[in-house]
Amino acid sequence: MMILSGDAPRSRALSALLVVIVLALALAPFLFPGAKPLNVAANICIYALLVASYDLLLGYTGIVSFAHVMFFGVGAYGVAIALYGLGPGWGALALGVAAALGISVALALAIGLFSLRVQTIFFAMVTLAVAYAFNVLASQLSGLTGGEDGRSFQVPFVLQPGFRLFDGALFGVRITGRVLSYYLVLAVCAALFLVLLRIVNSPFGRVLQAIRENPFRAEALGYRIVFHRTLATCLSAAGATAAGALSALWLHYTGPDTALSFSIQVDVLVIVVIGGMGSMYGAVAGAALFILAQNYLQALMGELSSAAAQAGLPILPGLFHPDRWLLWLGLMFILAVYFVPTGVVGKLRGTEERTQ
Amino acid sequence: MSDTDTGAALPRRRIDIAPALTPLLVAALAAPFIGSPSTFLTLTVAGLAMGMMIFTMASGLTLVFGLMDVLNFGHGAFISLGAYVATLVLLPLAAWSQADSLGLNLGVLLLALLAAGVVCAAAGFVFERVLIVPVYGQHLKQILVTIGGAIVAEQLLYALFGPQQIPLPLPTAFRGSIILGDAAIEKYRIVATFIGLLVFAAQILILDRTKIGLLIRAGVENREMVEALGYRIDRLFVGVFMAGSGLAGLGGVLWAFYREQVHASMGGELLVLTFIVIIVGGLGSVGGCFTGAVLVALIANYAGFLAPKLALVSNILLMVVVLLWRPRGLYPVSGR
Repeated sequence: MMILSGDAPRSRALSALLVVIVLALALAPFLFPGAKPLNVAANICIYALLVASYDLLLGYTGIVSFAHVMFFGVGAYGVAIALYGLGPGWGALALGVAAALGISVALALAIGLFSLRVQTIFFAMVTLAVAYAFNVLASQLSGLTGGEDGRSFQVPFVLQPGFRLFDGALFGVRITGRVLSYYLVLAVCAALFLVLLRIVNSPFGRVLQAIRENPFRAEALGYRIVFHRTLATCLSAAGATAAGALSALWLHYTGPDTALSFSIQVDVLVIVVIGGMGSMYGAVAGAALFILAQNYLQALMGELSSAAAQAGLPILPGLFHPDRWLLWLGLMFILAVYFVPTGVVGKLRGTEERTQ
Repeated sequence: MSDTDTGAALPRRRIDIAPALTPLLVAALAAPFIGSPSTFLTLTVAGLAMGMMIFTMASGLTLVFGLMDVLNFGHGAFISLGAYVATLVLLPLAAWSQADSLGLNLGVLLLALLAAGVVCAAAGFVFERVLIVPVYGQHLKQILVTIGGAIVAEQLLYALFGPQQIPLPLPTAFRGSIILGDAAIEKYRIVATFIGLLVFAAQILILDRTKIGLLIRAGVENREMVEALGYRIDRLFVGVFMAGSGLAGLGGVLWAFYREQVHASMGGELLVLTFIVIIVGGLGSVGGCFTGAVLVALIANYAGFLAPKLALVSNILLMVVVLLWRPRGLYPVSGR
């Protein structure tokens, strides 16, 4: 229990689901060989970390940020610019990650101090505006960021697909740099997830939840709510930055679409709500379900769309077109907010915990 | 501008003039850097026109927030919807729009505005009843639900109208520019400024001189008291929400004619701008929204000329400066 910070899943069904997910992720290169399944598994890890860091803000502290994808982008661009400019090396990678973390935390501190003083609703609006401006800035500063084309770069040799850890295969799978990359992503995500779990179960985390439930009472008890909210913002930004750095490392590429697009922000919001706000495990369960659905349900939608088109139905082909995947996601999201505010985790735990 | 805040309160509140003068200050500061008077005039008129269009969109948002305490992240979807309605109106009336007659051209523009206003108000009715009614008083859920609504609405627009950009040509009479000395001023910008001013005047008159306006202002100040006096506040809510959505539609049409094209993503981009405007102006204040819109648009135009790469960041900087001066915006509304 130490490793889970005393915050067990508290439900057999949820534990079983989490064990399946974790085992599948840990053994993914051996269970599901091939490039696509490995990509899906890496995405699940990265999103689980990204969403867990977002949940620290939304679920535990009760503030809505639209700049989470911006911090994700800072991490991705930090790695991209460092590796592109300095060449593939561990030193460059470390420098990029450190610089990105510094920039993210400074930005989060500025936004937090600035807009959390007045009203939390300011925070939602200010982060939206700042994230939008950052997005435009990133595509305009093409000398640094590569503009709309983004930056492709080389990763350290050990992580390149051509690298072999040893000749021959382990359980029929060659241990290439790609597999090592995957395990690096998995290990960092798992470690940071446990850190986040530790944070929300610390006295600091309890204060955050108290602020979420009743800011006035928390303040009356002597907690400086601006300090706590701002610190939560900075921690959450750091988590997102790490996820962004891993994502860049995995893709060998960073561009506006993969690192800063608003649709990533929407995805994160949807995953938090579907997984369950205010529970770190929701991030893992939600990310796994969402990424699987995104990768395999869209194909189904394409078939539905063409079937409807052949049957000569109006409008329907448009509605089921794979590009309209967000439409159904949005509907699911609204229904989840109304009817299942505790998400998958709440349902599996069978308790109607209050999430406000 | 104090009329939006207190109105007929006794003793009459002193008019807070300083924030209203900020656009003049900005213009005066920018003038020496721009140099040429004709360029300055062109930029200023462009800024005013842009400001009026943004004001039309943002005023609906700020009213809804002021009265209902609902921040509608789906507001952008109504902006896009209005623009698409305009394309639908112009399709059968292309002959009117191409005709070389000011009357017919103006008729087409007004019809497009009217249709967009009505359709968006109707859509706003559905949006309020279905999505927002269950989450009154819960900020977090409101933000989530309206974001969800915005996503669904934008995707529906894509599904119905297709993902491509739809051209929306200006009616003949509004094309081209008037040459004033050395400065070229686009005709449509004058039209847009005029319409925006009309909207502002109508809002001030309604809020200040009618019983409905009195109730809305009272509701902004103290919702429970209005209810206790026997008025159906929920009807007021839905009415104001419809008006706000209709205004978003009007703004969307004006903007679409200005850009001469329509795309479903325009709503999201403009939503960012309207947020900045209502934060700068003070959440819930129509007068503040007006000042904020002019300020944002002027600065965007001056910055776009002087330092193009800074144009978007300039809005954020403006917001920072204003909030450092007045943490609740230029015209803070009491009780918020």
